[in-house]
Amino acid sequence: MTDILDERVPGSSSDDESSTQAQVSEEIRRIAAAHQRSGATENEARLDYPPYRSSILRHPTKDPHRVDPEGIELWAPVFGERDIDPLEADLTVQHGGEPIGERMVVTGRVLDGDGRPVRRQLVEIWQANAGGRYLHERDQHPAALDPNFTGVGRCLTDDEGAYAFTTIKPGPYPWKNHRNAWRPAHIHFSLFGTDFTQRMVTQMYFPGDPLFALDPIYQSIVDPRARERLVATYDHDVTQPEWCTGYRWDIVLTGSHRTLMQAETPS
Amino acid sequence: MRLVATPGQTVGPFFGHALPYDGGHELVSPDNPAAIRLHGRVLDGAGEPVPDALLELWQADAAGIVSREPGSLRRDGRTFTGWGRAGTDDRGRFAFTTVRPGPAVPGAAPYFALTIFARGLLDRLFTRAYLPGEALGSDPLLASIPAERRATLIANPDEVGLRFDVRLQGRDETVFLAYPRD
Repeated sequence: MTDILDERVPGSSSDDESSTQAQVSEEIRRIAAAHQRSGATENEARLDYPPYRSSILRHPTKDPHRVDPEGIELWAPVFGERDIDPLEADLTVQHGGEPIGERMVVTGRVLDGDGRPVRRQLVEIWQANAGGRYLHERDQHPAALDPNFTGVGRCLTDDEGAYAFTTIKPGPYPWKNHRNAWRPAHIHFSLFGTDFTQRMVTQMYFPGDPLFALDPIYQSIVDPRARERLVATYDHDVTQPEWCTGYRWDIVLTGSHRTLMQAETPS
Repeated sequence: MRLVATPGQTVGPFFGHALPYDGGHELVSPDNPAAIRLHGRVLDGAGEPVPDALLELWQADAAGIVSREPGSLRRDGRTFTGWGRAGTDDRGRFAFTTVRPGPAVPGAAPYFALTIFARGLLDRLFTRAYLPGEALGSDPLLASIPAERRATLIANPDEVGLRFDVRLQGRDETVFLAYPRD
């Protein structure tokens, strides 16, 4: 890995625009090639991924300590009808008018690592508007804000683990990881399981995005089969006539320790 | 049926209008006689504050009971739900108002379970913040950690409650946890 470290800008810790896309792409390529040669299976994002400059000083250098969860870690917080308004699942009705952009439904199921639906649990999303602008004070992208779009949604999964949001398709946007850096269009997802240990935050992408190969955040999942799990599928059965397009994206959390222990108790 | 888990991704810089919410960091009212502050800073590998981190706290109540009550997002001021969320400020500081958790079983070392998210952090991190006390000596997790790193998991009492810093990298790097099942 030293060949990669050598290409780093000394002391660069966060966003800077001193690298070109070609340099970042070359770092991405070398890491991917080394992974491929190793033959190892990697299903998670790497915490230590220098092409994503902000990770350089923010990744732990020591391996996580492996532990069997106990007590509170075997449970997850409970969310219920009192926590959210059903209208929070429709990001297109939160203001006086229709937001600009392609209206769409994103739906899917939240499953645990054993394929069981995660029932009545909280799903949160946030995203940029159709022009690639977040309603956030630190977003400096000079694209229009949409007065009819906040870009934040919440829902509870149903008894089958299904969630559904109505929203508009977010645009890609520039960021300052390197010169001319652009993020592929994505929606941030925040998920809970039945155990504390299943908590996760991730990003959903759209099929065929030309920015995939250039994006160090997406490429931080070095195994192509693993990162493709973040790409939704266009589903014409979700698309609604004269109304909106539809995408399907299922999410798998890690396995539950508590239900595993319960399942093993009788035997 | 075993399924492969969907990978995580960074929370990015723009979660501030989505994930934090009013009252998120107050698991109990500051007026509660048992209320303490669990507070600290999130620091990077250069010792600089991380102003765009988010912490989630999950804990048992003072009797060691795990709440199964909803209402963390819209607190009613009475029910202890055991869960809260706090972003860091420009100096990397976070603070929760809560109660000291009781032990899961009598004699066990009580701890707060914490999840850490940040821009620049490509996946979430898990850790524990133990309450200081005699029970620490018999805790199996602490016993399995090299002595020089153990202190990173123990909150320190101060005048307002308990102080717990999260160091993402470098000297005194916090011990982060993984919960493999296989």
